[in-house]
Amino acid sequence: MNTPAIKELLYKMADDLLIIGHRHSEWTGLGPILEEDISFSSMAQDKIGQSQALFQLLHQLGEPDADTNAFTRNANQFYNAQFAELPNEEYDFSTVRHFLYDHADQLRFEMLAHSSYEPLAKLARKVKGELKYHVFHANTWMVKLAQGTEESKARMQTALSNAWNYALGMFEESKFEKELIAAKIFEGEAALKTKWIQAITPFIEKAGLKLPPEKEWNPVYGGRKNFHTEHLDPLVKEMGEVFRVEPASQW
Amino acid sequence: MIKSLDPRITRAEIELNNSIAPLEENDQWETYEVFHQKKRGDQHMHVGIVHAANPDMALLFAKEQYGRRGQSVNIWVVKTREVYTTDYEDSDIFDTVPEKMFREAGGYKVMEKINKYKKEHKI
Repeated sequence: MNTPAIKELLYKMADDLLIIGHRHSEWTGLGPILEEDISFSSMAQDKIGQSQALFQLLHQLGEPDADTNAFTRNANQFYNAQFAELPNEEYDFSTVRHFLYDHADQLRFEMLAHSSYEPLAKLARKVKGELKYHVFHANTWMVKLAQGTEESKARMQTALSNAWNYALGMFEESKFEKELIAAKIFEGEAALKTKWIQAITPFIEKAGLKLPPEKEWNPVYGGRKNFHTEHLDPLVKEMGEVFRVEPASQW
Repeated sequence: MIKSLDPRITRAEIELNNSIAPLEENDQWETYEVFHQKKRGDQHMHVGIVHAANPDMALLFAKEQYGRRGQSVNIWVVKTREVYTTDYEDSDIFDTVPEKMFREAGGYKVMEKINKYKKEHKI
């Protein structure tokens, strides 16, 4: 078993989920309507739960326990894509990010359901229902907001265009890419990206939105190698604030 | 300025002008009645209401408000305005004269006959 390669895969997935889960939780109490507030918050909790499950797999491979790992690292020790850490801005950007991220997340877990690394395959099968709901939710909001008023359509298009290169950054390749594919642990970022574009395209079209032209695609890489925007540091400090007061306390 | 029992609102120094804008179409979405089914084959039971912009969204919210404890296998939503109802002032139509025992299953004394039959046929 190629432990360093598996660890890197688990870290980037866990950190994506933890950081985007935290960002989504920032909407709690501020959502557009009560029902959506509850739904979005509930999905944020799902994300944190999924990241916790991945941190537990890391713990089994000799890494620190989930809470310590999540709450005591500094921003420059995180492996999430920069896409996940960008501020929520308004509901247009949050919805677009939710849509682009959750499609990728669902496909990644689908691929991993057949992974030769059985603990991860088992987890992938377990979270299938949650991910399906998250994608339903994202598709519905994406299409509804894009087909609302002139203003909402324009805002969704702007948000999609702004998000796009960051979203492509989710598929930054690992130095273990070939090993992961050869060992049938994970089919690889390039395969995932192809499936992702196929999956999101019908909904983008249904919404009446347009992806930026391919020649303008310029993925924002760096997150997987611990390079982050200035937005991650305050997020990480806030997220770990309570834990760091008394790390030994039991919750 | 608005003076409120809630000091946060008073501190916000909100100008009070007399025209309170009426709700616009998208300020308040219509409601859907939610029915959930606990297991396949069971009847759907009414569990509550959600606000939503369209039926798809109503299903999303219904799942989250009423189905997230893992007790549902299926959910229906129906626009509240599509539901027909009796009037409460007519609720006396549900009253019935209690003496009509022949309408109730308990009004028929058959246990003696059943026991006799069982005895004869040694069931």
